[in-house]
Amino acid sequence: MDPMAAKYIGAGIACIGMGGAGVGVGTIFGHYLAAALRNPSAAQGQFGNLIFGFAVTEALGIFSLLIALLLLFAL
Amino acid sequence: MAIDPIHQFEIKKFFTIGQFGPLELAFTNSAAFMFGAVALIVGGLVLVTAGRGLVPGRMQSVAEVTYEFVGDMIRQTAGEDGMRFFPLVFTLFSFILVLNMLGLIPGFFTVTSQIVVTAALALIVFVTVIGYGIWKNGFRFFRIFVPSGVPIYILPLVTLIEIISFLSRPLSHSVRLFANMLAGHITLEVFAGFIGLLATGLGIFGFVVGILPLGMTVALMALELLVAFLQAYVFTMLTCIYLNDALHPGHGH
Repeated sequence: MDPMAAKYIGAGIACIGMGGAGVGVGTIFGHYLAAALRNPSAAQGQFGNLIFGFAVTEALGIFSLLIALLLLFAL
Repeated sequence: MAIDPIHQFEIKKFFTIGQFGPLELAFTNSAAFMFGAVALIVGGLVLVTAGRGLVPGRMQSVAEVTYEFVGDMIRQTAGEDGMRFFPLVFTLFSFILVLNMLGLIPGFFTVTSQIVVTAALALIVFVTVIGYGIWKNGFRFFRIFVPSGVPIYILPLVTLIEIISFLSRPLSHSVRLFANMLAGHITLEVFAGFIGLLATGLGIFGFVVGILPLGMTVALMALELLVAFLQAYVFTMLTCIYLNDALHPGHGH
């Protein structure tokens, strides 16, 4: 196979991992919203935890994006 | 008219200041926008708080609300003694927020879409956390790698994971901001480019259909405004959470 073609295919495959991060981030915000509607008075105190969980989850999606960027531009 | 969405991130050299071996020190559009952002923040804050009214006017309350916003963020995540890092955290927040917002103005350069800038900001936080953590807590700082209440037989594995996750922090911290700004601006540029393609390619019919990508661009602009604020907030919030590790190792998040 042409190495350039393999590179582009690899970058595309690496981006699939971001779908997982999308599911995770959606779960976090969905559950936060569901819990916040049940008990709105406790919601404000958990906002920091929400952002922390969001950041940690999104980091994994960022790693797969990083692989894609490295394949496209650096390697 | 061809679409070149990467073109907007090109660094243009205004003039060269000096040459250090193979490295060239030049004043670029990136540096110009950073200077502009700093001038905007410092000038704006000095100007609106010059009156020092006991009852703040409209502009003064903007400055005070921003101060309280960042202050509350630190107190909630890093505790009262985290306030000693207020200057660092407030600087990061205002710098990133203003640069993100400036980048949204059409034709302006987005400094935070350069990985070298975000990596430098993330490394400042990373080095501060390690340096202050070891200076304040000594060897006890390394307790952040050994969470309490974990069964002894999985403790080595958990410690290994904690070390890897600690070392990957500056990576995810910087790439998050960079990737969000880069992807957002490329998307905006691509949709804005569709308008030109339709108008030049299809004539009168293209002008009519071109309303669709125009509407999309306006909607995306609103989304990017939200993202610009949210990413500045997330970057600052994570800074506070990491500083909490340096201040209180062994408990918290």
